[in-house]
Amino acid sequence: MGMHTISGKKLAAGGALLTLLIILPLVSSSFGQHVMIITFMFAMCGVAWNVMGGYAGMFSFGQVAFFGIGAYTSSFLVLTFHLSPWIGLVAGGVISALLAAAIGYPCSKLRGHYFAIASIAFAEIVRIVFTNWDMVGAAEGLTLPMVKESLTHFMFHSSKLPYYYIMLLFLLLAVAVCYWVSTSKMGYYFRAIKESHEIAEVLGVNVVRYRLFAIMISAFLTSMAGTFYAQYILYIDPESVMIMPISVQIVLVAMLGGANTVLGPVVGAAILIPLSEYSRAWLGYKGTGVDMILYGTLITLISMYQPAGVWGAITNLMRRGK
Amino acid sequence: MEQLVQQLVNGVLIGLVYSLLAIGLTLVWGVMNVLNFAHGDFLMIGMFLSYWLYTLAGIDPLFSIPINAVALFLMGLFIYRFIISKVMKGPGLAQLVVTFGISIFISNFAALIWTPNFRSIDHTLLSGTWDISGIKLSIPKFVSSIGSILTSFGVFWFLKNTRTGKAILAVEMDREAALIMGINTERINSLSFAIGSALVGVAGALLATYYYIYPFVGGTFGLVCFCIVALGGFGSIEGAFIAGILVGVVQTLGGYIFAPSYKLAIVFAMYLITVWIRPQGLRG
Repeated sequence: MGMHTISGKKLAAGGALLTLLIILPLVSSSFGQHVMIITFMFAMCGVAWNVMGGYAGMFSFGQVAFFGIGAYTSSFLVLTFHLSPWIGLVAGGVISALLAAAIGYPCSKLRGHYFAIASIAFAEIVRIVFTNWDMVGAAEGLTLPMVKESLTHFMFHSSKLPYYYIMLLFLLLAVAVCYWVSTSKMGYYFRAIKESHEIAEVLGVNVVRYRLFAIMISAFLTSMAGTFYAQYILYIDPESVMIMPISVQIVLVAMLGGANTVLGPVVGAAILIPLSEYSRAWLGYKGTGVDMILYGTLITLISMYQPAGVWGAITNLMRRGK
Repeated sequence: MEQLVQQLVNGVLIGLVYSLLAIGLTLVWGVMNVLNFAHGDFLMIGMFLSYWLYTLAGIDPLFSIPINAVALFLMGLFIYRFIISKVMKGPGLAQLVVTFGISIFISNFAALIWTPNFRSIDHTLLSGTWDISGIKLSIPKFVSSIGSILTSFGVFWFLKNTRTGKAILAVEMDREAALIMGINTERINSLSFAIGSALVGVAGALLATYYYIYPFVGGTFGLVCFCIVALGGFGSIEGAFIAGILVGVVQTLGGYIFAPSYKLAIVFAMYLITVWIRPQGLRG
């Protein structure tokens, strides 16, 4: 298993990159910091998607449901019980994982397009329920009250830097989880399931159980990103945290970078999110949707010319260079 | 009780239009295993085409049906040749994602050139309602569903009785075997995609007689169609036809019994429950 022991060279490259990421926000503009925060957030969601989509072969187009539930759970607990968002973070993750299991179990025989449609149907039901649910503000959503900035309140007014470093830590956690999954026995089971349910079963893998593990891990991590988003923007409604374009963006980040690789989604996010954030900032303000037209074109071109992911192409080049 | 019958009638009427839409989608899905997320946006193009033909040239939506069919057939050919066929060789995920890109592009482009406003065609040949012992029957809705039935049966006849139709069904059954039998599967792919688009064009003209027309109208239609196709069973034309009516009825009755805002949630829930019990769909 020499493939999975991290070489000294890789460790040095990782350390250098991490140092760069720690220093970079100190010399960035506020908008630059914002773009990096959103990039990390989608990178985290992409890594989480990869656990179930890239490794276990369940192409979910409904990840936004877990993102939204994470955002709503912590915000609801803050507003109603004055609980710290950190407690909400864990609570949201647990609720998302349980819901993921509850919906994943009946869907455990679904594959391919049927699974994709089921994931969309699930996320749309969640959106419709929240849009009509008065206890969570229905269509008007929830606004978090301004409180004194502190780590326990998960709220900072004077600078975006704390948000940046928290998000960076979250992303590292997600990458670590994905790395652990990919190198553990579970990762091999996931790949077997992706290849074929029948073969996996013959090999003695409990397909239903391991599919549920994949979905639950993915849901928990995505939910954490949702809680972060709520604390960062301080206002959520179903139209901002539960709509399908977010799910698509998450899939896209993973696909562009390279599904089935640990760092692929991070690379995908680093390319796609700044592109879409800057084009929105430059072109979107008129409300003409030119930025969306470009975005649609970009998705089409990526699918046509880079469907296997950039990260795979890069590592292939590096291997060839050796 | 009368209200309930009224809702049932409305449900069947919209369901028949769903059937036509879903048949177009299931054809593409069955033949090349591609889920077209831009299907609803093709519908929007069809509706706008009828709208402009009516507004600029005074052509009634009923007479724009053949124009729509031809125009969207060509559009389908074009999109298949230059985009879909290129992605077909790639990984499955890219095939799922590419039509999202097309969908976002088309709907936002339409919003840019036509504004996102709602429009409607006011005085078509078909307007008004019939009153049949208290049950109101909207004439445009009625004629649209008749049009859907005729078109659906036309497609069915074409597939069962012509050489090309049989070739399409053969590819749907077994691509490799069809290839060995000398069928040009690439040609069948593009033809199926174009026919699927043409059917949506017809549905667009029919819907334009009574439905609001706006750039983002395709979104919900597209999602509902996925559920119908999957409910009907992979690539099954008859299945899609029956499931379309079923979904129309469930949506309308569900909206009436619970709350209109939940009607789509009910359709999605029905999908999830069905695939839980029968993962292969009703007729798969």
